[in-house]
Amino acid sequence: MATRQTQFLARSLLTPAVGLLFIWMIVPLALTLYFSTLHYSLLDPGSEAFIGLENFRYFLTDPAFLASLQNTLVLVGSVLALTILLGIPLALLLDQPVVGRNFVRLMVIAPFFVMPTVSALVWKNLLMHPVSGLFAWLAKLVGLTPVDWFNDVPLFSVILIVAWQWLPFATLILLTALQSLDEEQKEAAEMDGASAVSTFIYITLPHLARPITVVILIETIFLLTVFAEIYVTTGGGPGLSTTNIAFLIYSQALIQFDVGSASAGGLVAVVLANIVAFFLVRIVGRNLEA
Amino acid sequence: MARMATTKQVAVSTAAAWLFGFLIFFPILWMVLASFKTELEAFAIPPSFLFFHWTTENYATVQERSDYLHHALNSIIIAGGSTLIALLIAVPAAWSMAFSPTKRTKDILLWMLSTKMMPPVGVLVPIYLIFKTFGLLDSRIGLVFILCLGNLPIVIWMLFTYFKEIPRDILEAARMDGATIGRELVYVLTPMAIPGLASTLLLNLILAWNEAFWTLNLSTSNAAPLTTFIASYSSPEGLFWAKLSAASTLAIAPILVLGWFSQKQLVRGLTFGAVK
Repeated sequence: MATRQTQFLARSLLTPAVGLLFIWMIVPLALTLYFSTLHYSLLDPGSEAFIGLENFRYFLTDPAFLASLQNTLVLVGSVLALTILLGIPLALLLDQPVVGRNFVRLMVIAPFFVMPTVSALVWKNLLMHPVSGLFAWLAKLVGLTPVDWFNDVPLFSVILIVAWQWLPFATLILLTALQSLDEEQKEAAEMDGASAVSTFIYITLPHLARPITVVILIETIFLLTVFAEIYVTTGGGPGLSTTNIAFLIYSQALIQFDVGSASAGGLVAVVLANIVAFFLVRIVGRNLEA
Repeated sequence: MARMATTKQVAVSTAAAWLFGFLIFFPILWMVLASFKTELEAFAIPPSFLFFHWTTENYATVQERSDYLHHALNSIIIAGGSTLIALLIAVPAAWSMAFSPTKRTKDILLWMLSTKMMPPVGVLVPIYLIFKTFGLLDSRIGLVFILCLGNLPIVIWMLFTYFKEIPRDILEAARMDGATIGRELVYVLTPMAIPGLASTLLLNLILAWNEAFWTLNLSTSNAAPLTTFIASYSSPEGLFWAKLSAASTLAIAPILVLGWFSQKQLVRGLTFGAVK
């Protein structure tokens, strides 16, 4: 099968993809690395100078960095917790015999296909507006004071929107995993007199361990870089209360035009993402051998 | 599946599933309803759910005032173009790795996956400056290029997992019958690869259509796809809820339909085959 000719053919088919991805990865990253060592502001062209690690010192000791790191961690952690804690019962429910299951599944999956700018603006205005939003009306209906979402709990509001977008993803993956669970195993457990709870704890949950891990890792990759939802709702504010790392770097680069510092920040973001990626790649790699 | 559920159990889980399904879907439904209201009614408290004066004028206004179709066309060109180019590059690569794997195939695949893990903000500055230098800011070609590269790893991965499933025996049988590589490609492999190609195409169209980091940062008006266009409604002076809803409904409708058709591929594509 593997004659020299086919080997050569295979290699030449693979080369364009590998080459392009290599350039895509290495050129911008090298430039980011280079810029991060420069004093480089677009507002002050011609003043570029090598300043070593000064940008890193500036970026990492900037109070905005710690605030945005904290916001990033809270955002990622909360969305993960919400999507998984709600996703598991939802997936279990959809795995039951339900009349019209396909239609229900369509409704549950829908938010995932809505572009981020649309979800964010619809939530911000139609639902969360402190006076005319639906939530305000509901709150008054039951005699509560309406919440001024984006002023009183800005980060939580962003979390809600992002969790709504990612809940379908978690649910869908967990449901797919549940459907591959061996039905006979559950039956045998029931025959032996296991309760629904212990069947869940000892059979279903261990089966879900891997898909849950995959959901956590993949969501983390995307959640670390949440941008559009913040861009159209709060612009990072009030103050820094909804600025995450991605938004901070964006504002340093394209609002303050501080190329050097934004590049240093970009490298910090790359390092953070790589910590997660390391684990994800290992899990996927293990799967590739099986 | 042999377990028998009682009627009562089915009734309870059906009611619960419909309730939660409806709650999750509700924001989208609410937006679609608002798109058929007048601006006053969209803003009104108490809100009207179904008994309002239905109108389609928002849809007409959105097109007239802001040239909706121009942005829709941008979305089609950017999402479609980047997906097609990615497929052109990815098909040979995935093909080669699936059918003549070497010792390094696994490493190459994982390396490709890791390029997808790179956060876009990490390279925002150089990409922005490169675009600025070459006059690519707010150009469709620039966005096609960036989104194509951004999605290339997912495209290659998905195609690889599909090609991997094509049975080898069929190839060997065709060769025994004296088929040349060309005929083998056209008559044996292509028909078997089409479902995988279609799913990959679909999922990547969706991802590219909804991409909202590069599109927001690299386009403003001429090349602005729907993501950027909708974002322009976030400015305080642009707060027209009914029109925002009409524009949003149009922007998500086609992709919602495509998305519903590609649920299964979604899991596979986004988990890199780690969950099937």
